[in-house]
Amino acid sequence: MSVTDKIFEIIAEQAVLETSDVTLESTLEDLGIDSLGLVESIFAIEEEFDITVPFNANEPTNSDFDISSVSKIIEGVERLLKEQAG
Amino acid sequence: MKRVVITGAGTINALGHSVAETMTAMAEGRCGIGPLVFRDVERLSIQIGGQVRGFEADGRYNRQQMSLYDRFTQFTLAAAAEAIAQSGITFSGELAAKSGVVLGTAGGGVSTWDDNYRSVYEDGKNRVHPFVVPKLMNNAAASHVSMEYNLKGPSFTVSTACASSNHAMAQAFQMVRTGMAPAMVTGGSESMLCFGGVKAWEGLRVMSKDACRPFSANRNGMVQGEGAGIFVFEEYEHARARGAEILCEVAGFAMSSDATDIVMPSKNGAARAIAGALSDARLNPEEVGYINAHGTGTAANDKTECAAVADVFGPHADKLMISSTKSMHGHLIGGTGAVELLACIMALRDGVIAPTIGYEEADPDCALDVVPNEARDAKVNVALSNAFAFGGMNAVLALRKV
Repeated sequence: MSVTDKIFEIIAEQAVLETSDVTLESTLEDLGIDSLGLVESIFAIEEEFDITVPFNANEPTNSDFDISSVSKIIEGVERLLKEQAG
Repeated sequence: MKRVVITGAGTINALGHSVAETMTAMAEGRCGIGPLVFRDVERLSIQIGGQVRGFEADGRYNRQQMSLYDRFTQFTLAAAAEAIAQSGITFSGELAAKSGVVLGTAGGGVSTWDDNYRSVYEDGKNRVHPFVVPKLMNNAAASHVSMEYNLKGPSFTVSTACASSNHAMAQAFQMVRTGMAPAMVTGGSESMLCFGGVKAWEGLRVMSKDACRPFSANRNGMVQGEGAGIFVFEEYEHARARGAEILCEVAGFAMSSDATDIVMPSKNGAARAIAGALSDARLNPEEVGYINAHGTGTAANDKTECAAVADVFGPHADKLMISSTKSMHGHLIGGTGAVELLACIMALRDGVIAPTIGYEEADPDCALDVVPNEARDAKVNVALSNAFAFGGMNAVLALRKV
């Protein structure tokens, strides 16, 4: 399964939606994911890909990880996978 | 001073998943204690307990709730749903703004601590679920009840080991009695039946390997239980005005501190709490027909408790009934007083006295009528519920038939 598919799955589960309801352009807000859902999503992503996501719940928009849309999250994860490989 | 009555009761414990099931089991003298079932139980020297069986949290709560509800919170919410449904009370407007929830627990989310310590220490994981803290905190259950039922008044959690629930209910009672709150949701819960929880108790060497036999000369210790008991305490006129069914009246309470030893109970501290509850409720000792004993099944508790009762009641000590239902549901630690209050309600409302089961041999140091092995029909107008905690912190409630 690709990174994109996995992230769609994680986000859909958090949002209690079907993966078909999630698009690349969706924002977490569009999908009804609140702040608790967000930290749970970050945790699920870390568990799934065995990476550490530099995300601070105090300053979500100032973190070194862009969560403004599903596509930004995928980009971020792909970057982290390269950086943290090996 | 307002009068305070109980208009709703709910429970889940080893004897049943509702008040009706629990009272039936108590009236039948059924034992809910059996072999413990959980991971690594074979590494424990104590392998029995009053475990709640057949409670399927997965079907009851959704995924998001499951990630936030430790077992002690799950028990609390199940019992609260029953209590509030029975009461028929709806918290809105001024009532919601003034009413709160005060609960007792000794350990809070023990299995959440246990699971996550296991994960980071034993499995070497470096990442834990984001909700570990909100899940394990001792006030989690009270917070979820407040959110579920819109309780916006004074709400908090009391932790005084084995007296937690009685202290919590005493506090809720006082809030309604003084007019601070028209109604309060109160009681307590505990869920320590996991490897770490039982292992910690093993260390004290006060646990029985085979049964809880309070007041019986051949007793050999306590047995842990788990579950919750939740009640709606309501101002009498408020309850009457809305036509609520009244289960019984909470007439008074007292708290005392032994100020002597961290584990050994004191007769004087227990006696002061019992006498204090009578005096607070303006009752004569002769009016008390039943005492739900703390009755843990340890030599230290049972002898001290009986001596305290004898001191306070004098000759009447031989006429009243005193039983320990821990013999059936085990010791629910911080939730125990709440489940045991059900035995007091059953005595007052139904005239059925729950027995002390497992009673085999008379102990001259516990020469009271402990209602051995079989429930008894008796008319009781006043009942007491004793709780004497580690740390010497005691809380006794006085209840009256309405």
